[in-house]
Parts: sequence; structure tokens; C-alpha cells
Amino acid sequence: MSTLEIRKLNKSFGALTVSRDISISIGEGQCHALIGPNGAGKTTLIHQISGVLRPDSGHILLDGQDITQMSISRRVQAGLGRTFQITSVLPSFTALENTAIAAQAKAGSSLRFFRDASRETALNEIALSTLQRVGLADRAAIPAADLSHGELRLLELAISLAGKPKFLLLDEPMAGLGRSESVALVALLSELRGSLPMLLVEHDMDAIFQLADTVSLLVDGQVVARGTPDEVRADAAARAAYLGENAA
Amino acid sequence: MDRSLVTAAVLFGLLLAMPFLLPLIGSAYLSGLIIKAMLLAIAAISLDLLIGHGGMISLGHAAFVGVGAYATAIALENGVDDIFLLLLITLAVTGLTALVSGSLALRTSGLYFLMITLAFGQMIYFTLTSLAAYGGDDGLTLWSLATVFGSNVLQGGNGLYYLVLGTLFATWWGVYRISRSRFGRVLRAARDNPERAEVMGYPVVRFRLIAYMIAAMIAGVSGLLLVQHAEFVSPALATWQRSGDLIVVIVLGGLATRNGAILGAFFIVIVEEVLGSFIHEWRLIYGPLLVLMVLFAKGGISHLLMPKGAKGYAS
Amino acid sequence: MSTTLFLILCLNGLQYGMLLFLIAAGLTLVFGVMGFINLAHGVQYMVGAYLAFAYVQLTGSFMLAVILSLVTALILGLLLEHFIFRHLYNRDHLDQVLATFGIIIFLNELAKVIFGPATLSIAPPEFLSGSIQLTETLRYPIYRFVTIFAGLVVALGLYLTISFTRIGMLIRAGATSAEMVSALGVNIQRLFMIVFGVGAMLAGFAGVIAAPIFAIEPGMGDNILIVAFVVIITGGIGSIGGAFFAALLVGLIDTLGRSLATEILSTVFNPSFANQIGPALASMLIYILMAAILVFRPKGLLPAKGVS
Repeated sequence: MSTLEIRKLNKSFGALTVSRDISISIGEGQCHALIGPNGAGKTTLIHQISGVLRPDSGHILLDGQDITQMSISRRVQAGLGRTFQITSVLPSFTALENTAIAAQAKAGSSLRFFRDASRETALNEIALSTLQRVGLADRAAIPAADLSHGELRLLELAISLAGKPKFLLLDEPMAGLGRSESVALVALLSELRGSLPMLLVEHDMDAIFQLADTVSLLVDGQVVARGTPDEVRADAAARAAYLGENAA
Repeated sequence: MDRSLVTAAVLFGLLLAMPFLLPLIGSAYLSGLIIKAMLLAIAAISLDLLIGHGGMISLGHAAFVGVGAYATAIALENGVDDIFLLLLITLAVTGLTALVSGSLALRTSGLYFLMITLAFGQMIYFTLTSLAAYGGDDGLTLWSLATVFGSNVLQGGNGLYYLVLGTLFATWWGVYRISRSRFGRVLRAARDNPERAEVMGYPVVRFRLIAYMIAAMIAGVSGLLLVQHAEFVSPALATWQRSGDLIVVIVLGGLATRNGAILGAFFIVIVEEVLGSFIHEWRLIYGPLLVLMVLFAKGGISHLLMPKGAKGYAS
Repeated sequence: MSTTLFLILCLNGLQYGMLLFLIAAGLTLVFGVMGFINLAHGVQYMVGAYLAFAYVQLTGSFMLAVILSLVTALILGLLLEHFIFRHLYNRDHLDQVLATFGIIIFLNELAKVIFGPATLSIAPPEFLSGSIQLTETLRYPIYRFVTIFAGLVVALGLYLTISFTRIGMLIRAGATSAEMVSALGVNIQRLFMIVFGVGAMLAGFAGVIAAPIFAIEPGMGDNILIVAFVVIITGGIGSIGGAFFAALLVGLIDTLGRSLATEILSTVFNPSFANQIGPALASMLIYILMAAILVFRPKGLLPAKGVS
């Protein structure tokens, strides 16, 4: 069974069609990459999956559950984790608190008004082990506002992981990272790959070849090629539309 | 030990001892002044939950003080005088008012929210002025006050003083607990970055609405006590200038700090008294002081009073 | 109710709407272009009215007083901008609220100190003091017609300026994206100053022409400020056209509601109930309108459009 299934998604703004009959299905443990030139409709597709936009028609299923009409927060509760293209964390919270509050969403009700949340050891333990996993454990007590860009990208990932997602949506996770930071993040993501299915939107072709099991090439709101990274690379349409300039 | 806790202990200790100290100074006037400051502090603490912790700048908060006061006054006029029943009525009426106005106002955020709370506050004010049966513009003097188990121990004097002090303590303690709780943490997350909070799985508007209702109900209780103290109610309680005063109090005291709202409230009441005793037109000084403070002394008096204790946003 | 009364109410509503427009126009521009919440805008309206009073006392000429008041209101606006507001554009909204709140407190008190707490009034100028026979039974004061006309002229002037001049283009661009304007290499500081000065002058102008109609008193700007907020939320923030239509709508609804709510209610309910509920309902009408707009058209009736 597919973990994330997108069925015949259509979306347009007036005369501009941004999603045309898009169907993608990502199975257990799979990493699927979404590539395409700017303006191909990657961001609007991400928005429809995460719930910022509603499609005009079509369905999105997460683990068999139809999430097409759910609010953003409901989708997260249903198991859809995501990272943002532009880093989005809670600046006045420490790295640990950022992660702990994400874990809190999955650990019982948040309508508790008296107990000190920062002393809930269960949450803090989840948070700390998640930070450990991404290699930020020694920065746990630092406010997010004081972390470096590279560290914020990792924190962003830790926040998503702490919510125990069934599926991870990665929106350009390498954006703005230096060479060595990218390599480290790719290594981290490939560790996750087997256990957590993901949809990866990325420009970094090296990362895609290392991480993705399958690739969809999106042009003008339409999937014009799909297959293994090698197949898509070989695809002539792909060369013409996108990879051509990179390959040169 | 946390410095802000020491400050709080001193503050509440002093307030607790005041009824015994005041006869020595011989001033009943002062006791009234302290009650006034405590009532202001209760409403201000509740507003700090909204603004300081929730990042929702409401300019209509005093309206809930007015709603609470009128709910109490109208119930009293109609023969209900048991304090617990009055409390229940006040909580229900303010909570419901907040549910309706909050659901609408929270469809927006930022400056829109500010203007809409301002407008709803004004609507409540005008509604109160049009209650012809209960005094209209002029307000209403109350001839019967709240009783507890049939006794009139809460009608003025030390009984009322300690009731107000107890409520202040409960509010101070309760809002502090809320701010540190799971709920408060989500509220602060939504203040910091609502999109992220949403993508952590929190329906932000619902959390904000609950905070808005809690704050309104606390403000309503301060209105109840105000009626009991002043034995009078008038729409003037609900004007937007009063809401502005509340904002001044919490900003002066320091947003989202443990004691900020209480310090700010006493500071304002004292400044008003002192300035007012020198010059009748004290507002001519007070207004420019506010402007200067914003321009040059960011952070409020809590930063001046306790440079280390106040961390701006407690976390 | 007679048709005559209804017509008079409509004219009064229009005239109140024009006044609201003059205030809301400056408010919405300052708000839309600078993202600045100026609570002191209402107090600038009050200042306009007191200036008119003072200059009429001083010169004895209404027209001269109008001109002098406008110049003074403009200067005062520019001074406030230079010494206070300029330093607050990049601050958070809470700072803006506090500082402008301080200005309100100061100017209200100052008005009380200089002119006393009692209400004042001035007479409309001699040549505008008569009334016009509209129908056989309907006479309407010339002065009120002139205020409606003045509002229309200002609205037209603003519309033309914003639609067809360079500064208007910048204002429209600024309402959508301030970064875009600074990217164009425009001196944003000067643009803000001009917008602010004009806004202050318009509010002052509203105060001047309101002076012969309404009571001049300290705090007279505080309540009308909130109605102006209702207008710009209803019309769409940053939108002059929206402010215009919303101002007229609010003016009409408020004026008609206050006079007719009780009467209309009493056709359905018993009179004593209608008498109690009518006034309350009337004063709530414009806020109910605003709430409805928020639910059904959150961006307002005529949202501001950027240059495309």
C-alpha cells in the first residue's frame, strides 16, 4: 500500500493551470524526488499536499486516509511531517523546546493548563533523542534565534521528526547549505530513508541521485517523466526541459 | 532562588500586612487606592496572557471588565446576591461574549485584530450606554451588594480587601501556571511563528480563542470585584481609553514577566496620584512620558527595576 | 415616517459619511503604505476643529480660518512625523499603539487646558448659513450641502492623484509591497512624510468643516477614530475607493439606524421592547456590518490593488 498517494490532482488560478492531472504514489520506505524548472508548479503541489491550498479536483491519501479536505494542523496530526524551504522555527524557544513542543502534539492533549511543560521528562527525552539523531544534542539549550543557518536546517528536520510522522515532505532541505553541511544532511536523510517514506523537492542533483528511489519531473504543472533517477536523466524530455543546462 | 519570586513574596507580604499597617498611618483612602491598583493588576495580568504570551494585541480588553461589571450589577439589581452565583454569571456572560467576538476577531491577526478588538470593544461600550433600564450613560448606583452564605462580610472593609487580594494572587499564580503549561507553550509558539505552530499540528486559532476567553473571564471577574468595591457601575469602565491604560500597564511592567503587570499597575496608580497631587493637569506630563518611554526606554520599568530578573519573554 | 424625514436622514447620513471619508482616507493611506497604526489620527481631527474655532475668534473670517487651520494642521502633522512617528515605522505595533496613545492623552488634555472642558461651537459663515428649498416641504442647510460637496471634491482629487500621478503610483505600490517601492529607488522617507502630512491635513480639514455642525470638545476625535477604523476595515485597508464607499455606507447606516431602528422594531415587537432594544441595536449596526464583511469578504469591499 502506498503511504502517500496523489490521485489526479488539478489546480488552476484563473487561466493559469498549476497542477494538471498529477498522480504520484510513494510506497513504504521510498524516497521520491520531485524536480522541475522554476515555475513548474512544485511549490503549489507542496502547498496542496500540506494543506495551504486546496486542489480543484483530485485526492491526496496518507496511509490510506483521505486528507484532501483536512486543515494544515489535522494533516500533521494524521502523520504528515514537513520541513520548510525557508527555515521556520520558533526563535525564542531553545532547540530542545522547539523539538519538545513538536513532540507534545503527538503525546496526549495540549489543553493542559497547570503542569509545567518544560519539566515533562517524557517529552524532553523524545526531544533530546531526536536532537541527537540530527546531531544537535549539544546545542539543545541554545535559543533558536542564536543558531547558525546550518543548525537551523537540522533543527527544522528535528521538529518534523519529533512529531513522529508517517511521511515526510522535504521542501528543498539543502537550500542555503555549504558543501560539507549538504553532505552531512544527505547522510542523515539516507539513514532515515529506509524507515520513513519521503517526498523530496530539491535542486541539488547530487543529493537526488544519492537519496531518491524514484523521480518525477514536473513541467508546466504536469509530470512529464518519471522513473529511477537514471531513467529520468536519460529521458530526452527531461534533458530538454531541465537537465540540459545542468548537464552541460 | 528566582529573583522574581522574591519580588513577588515581598509584594504579596506587604499587601497581606497592609490592613494591619494602614490603621497606624490612619488612611482609609490609601486602602481604596490599593484595591484600585489590585483590580487594575488583575485585568492587566489577563491582558498579558493575550499580548505578552499570545502576541494578540487587543485594544478592547476593558470591554470585558465592563461586561463583567454589568453582568454582576444587573444580577444584583434582580435580586441575585450570592457571590458564587454572581461569579458563575459573570464567567458565563464574559466567556460567551468573548467566544462570539473572539471567533470573529481571530479570523484575522496583527493590526486587523487590533482594530477589530477596538471596534468590538466600542460596540460593547455603546451597548452598555444604551441600557436605559440600568442607568444608560450615567451608570448605576447599587443598593445591594454581594453576600457570601448570606453574610455581608464582603461589603467593604477588610473582607473585600482580602477577597480582592486573594483573587489577585489566584490570577497571578494561575496565569503564570498557564503560561508554563502545555497550553501556554503552544500559545507562545503561535506568537513566535503561527505557521510553524500550525505545521506542528496545532490548530492555532482554537488555542488563541481559548486564551482569549480565559483572559476575558478574568477581566470579567475584576469587573465583578470593581462593582463590589465602587458600589457603582458605569459604561466608562469599558471605554477604549481604559483598554489603552491596560496596555500601558503591562508594557511598563514588562510583557510576559512574572510580576510585570502588578508592578505596572501599582506604578501607574502611584504616578497618577503623585503627579495628580502636584498638578491637576497631570496628563500633560503623563502623555509625553509615554511617548518618551517608547522612543528611548524600551523594555519597560521591569528592566529598570530588575535588570536581570526580566527576560522579556519568559520561556 | 414621511418621505421628507427620510430624505433629510439620507442627506445627514451622506454628510456624516463624507466626514468619515476625510478621516478614513488619511488613516487608510498611512496604514496601507506604512503599516503604521496611528491612533492619534482622531485627535488630529479634534485639533482641526479647535484650530478653526481659534482662528475664527482671531480673524473673524471663516474662510480665512479654514485656510489657516489647514496650514497649521499640515505643519503639526509634519512635526509629529518628524519628531515621533518617523522613529516608529519599524517598531512593533505595540510601540506604535503606546506612543500614539500618549499623544492622544496629551492633546486631549491640552485642549481642555487651553479651551476648557465645555463644548464650544462656531457658526457657519454668513454666506453659507441659509438653507435651500429642495421640495415643497423640505429645506436643507446650505452648509451641510457644502460639506458633502467638499467631501466629493477631496475624494475626486485623491482618486485622480492616486490613479494618475507618480506619487499616486508609489502609494499604490506601497500599499501592496513596501519593499517594491524602496527597490524602485524612491526616497521612502519623503513619501511617508508626504502621505502622513496629507493624512493629517485631511483629518484636520474634517475637523474644520465639522466644527460648525458638531460640538467642539476635548476627546471628540476618540470615538470617530474607531468609526474610521470600522470604515477602513469594511472598505479594505489601503484602498481609497474602499474607504469612500464604506464611509458613505457606514454614515448612512448609522444615521438611518439611530433614527429608525426603534420605529422599525416596533412594527414587529411591542413598543416598550422596541424602545429598549432599538437604541442598542442602532449603535451596534455598523459593527455588525463590519463583522459581516469580515466573515464574507475578509479583505474588505474594495481591497487595495497594487500596480501590476
